[in-house]
Amino acid sequence: MVDSMHPPAEAPRVGDVRRGPEPARPRQRRWRRRRLNRYAAAPLVLISVNLLLFVAFFVWPAVTGLVYSFTSYTGVGPAPYVGLDNYQRLLEDEAFYAALTRTLIFTAGVVPLTIVLSLGTAVLLVTDYTRGKTVARVIFFLPWLISPIIAGVIWRWLFGENFGFVNYVIISLGGEAVPWQSDANLSLFVVIIAAAWGNTAFNMLLFVAALKNVPTAYYEAASLDGAGSWDKFRNITLPAIAPTTFIVVLLSILGSMKEYALFASLNDGGPGTSNHLLVQYIFTKGFERAQVGYASAASFVLMLILMVVALVQLAMGRRKES
Amino acid sequence: MAVTTSTPRPSALRRKRPNAPGELSKRFWATSVMWLLVVAYGFPVLWFLLSSFKPAGELFSYPLTFFPDQPTIKGYTQAWTSFDVATYFVNTLIVAVSATVLTIVASAACGYALAKYNNWWVRAFTVCVLATTMLPGEVILAPLFLVVRDMGLYNSLAAVVVPAVITATGTFMFRQFFLTVPNDLLEAARIDGAGELSTFVRIMLPLSRPIMLTLAIFSFQWRWNDYIWPLVVLNDPNKFTLQIGVASIVGAQNVNWSVLLGASVLSMVPLVAIYLLFQKYVMDADINAGLKD
Repeated sequence: MVDSMHPPAEAPRVGDVRRGPEPARPRQRRWRRRRLNRYAAAPLVLISVNLLLFVAFFVWPAVTGLVYSFTSYTGVGPAPYVGLDNYQRLLEDEAFYAALTRTLIFTAGVVPLTIVLSLGTAVLLVTDYTRGKTVARVIFFLPWLISPIIAGVIWRWLFGENFGFVNYVIISLGGEAVPWQSDANLSLFVVIIAAAWGNTAFNMLLFVAALKNVPTAYYEAASLDGAGSWDKFRNITLPAIAPTTFIVVLLSILGSMKEYALFASLNDGGPGTSNHLLVQYIFTKGFERAQVGYASAASFVLMLILMVVALVQLAMGRRKES
Repeated sequence: MAVTTSTPRPSALRRKRPNAPGELSKRFWATSVMWLLVVAYGFPVLWFLLSSFKPAGELFSYPLTFFPDQPTIKGYTQAWTSFDVATYFVNTLIVAVSATVLTIVASAACGYALAKYNNWWVRAFTVCVLATTMLPGEVILAPLFLVVRDMGLYNSLAAVVVPAVITATGTFMFRQFFLTVPNDLLEAARIDGAGELSTFVRIMLPLSRPIMLTLAIFSFQWRWNDYIWPLVVLNDPNKFTLQIGVASIVGAQNVNWSVLLGASVLSMVPLVAIYLLFQKYVMDADINAGLKD
């Protein structure tokens, strides 16, 4: 799947190198097969570590998780089979819907903001119109180095209700203190800003790489035809970087659907439980209340949502290509 | 300064006539917007940093001052000594370094196999590795925890390191790189009678040094900043990593901001230092899909 996301210019060349002259002549094909058979031990050794870890920490938990989701397992003792009870309770749980809605709102806020900011900063770092790129690049990239936990602390410090810099400025200008922490929507808003701030750097890097790969000749030809900057951006740049945009959108959606650490330190999903997202919901159920079976069921619902997102995205990407 | 000394890179958005009318105002606006964004992105960190040098009493005293009146490093020393930041620091370092080394070895070997061998099961495994990006650890948190517990790893740093060794991103970085290495090189080694594994270790591995460095930085960042998985598998405060430690200060009834600021800044130092040293391996990395843990 990832292969199709690479700059198209590169893909065929790599393929050529790999296959070499292969207009299937029988002798060559036989030689090829023999070669494949001869080298089974070496690749097996080379992938052995990853294979082992893949089975132990991926396949096995996924399978047991699916099994547990049909039981009322608590982490110790027997795991009595309860059928679809966990899923049924989950679909009747208001808290689950609240978490799901909050997650969707959060995603809908963060993703567009992240895309705009990371594409914007990337363009500014690539274009010849700006001065002082070296410093700007380091500052834009700084948030990538800061963990979600610390980022949460930083924004909590900035938006503190009684002590934060933002409220201080607002009060100094004659306004009222804004309840950044005790109002559910405002506190989600702060997390959205913080998340976009934190996610920009990496996506910006992807966009910078994509922008540098757009052939200069296109812009020169467009200039000769008298196209303006905005026309060029819309009609040349955006289509050329579409594969990257696709990846950034997909990764951003998947990333924000499972955000937890930032909330944990910024407001702990508060006020109260009003900003508990899905991962925090799963975490609370599974680890604080030891309802492993129930948490597994919730995990699989989250997985289903993520898979639907990925599949819809892929389908849309394919339709656009054709 | 570096801007003027470095050779001008041919940029994709370059214009043909840099001195045409209107260019100057465009340049002015673009630069202003960029620096406005720089301030917006840098300010939260700057404010945080300056605050961390204020004594506890000054942190909340109105009117707030931008620069600390009486700069002090008491928050830092307090965090380092009384809040065990030193222990957390060492733990995080152990986790990040060992996970990074193991990740590089495993990813290089696996990526090489995925690129240079064409057996059906190698190709099938490629798809499996890709699938791990779609199914992140958070989704199988509870069962993964039980697996690790049943292995007897609960509450040990190994529990944080071992499951993190396999990363699709690292594997694919190496796979993409080895795809660009000509097969002739491999054939030549075979004709000379070199074993497959020794070809990999002696010829291929040294070639991939830039990829190793890039992945090292990424992997170090992932592990250094990891929160939810260490939180799940570590229980003993003596084994906490920095992120859990800082989060526990935030989670306290009365947040000790002075210590919190100091501890937070300290926890950022290693990554910032590494980034400034190896900037070009991050910024020029040929990044593509899947490169996000």
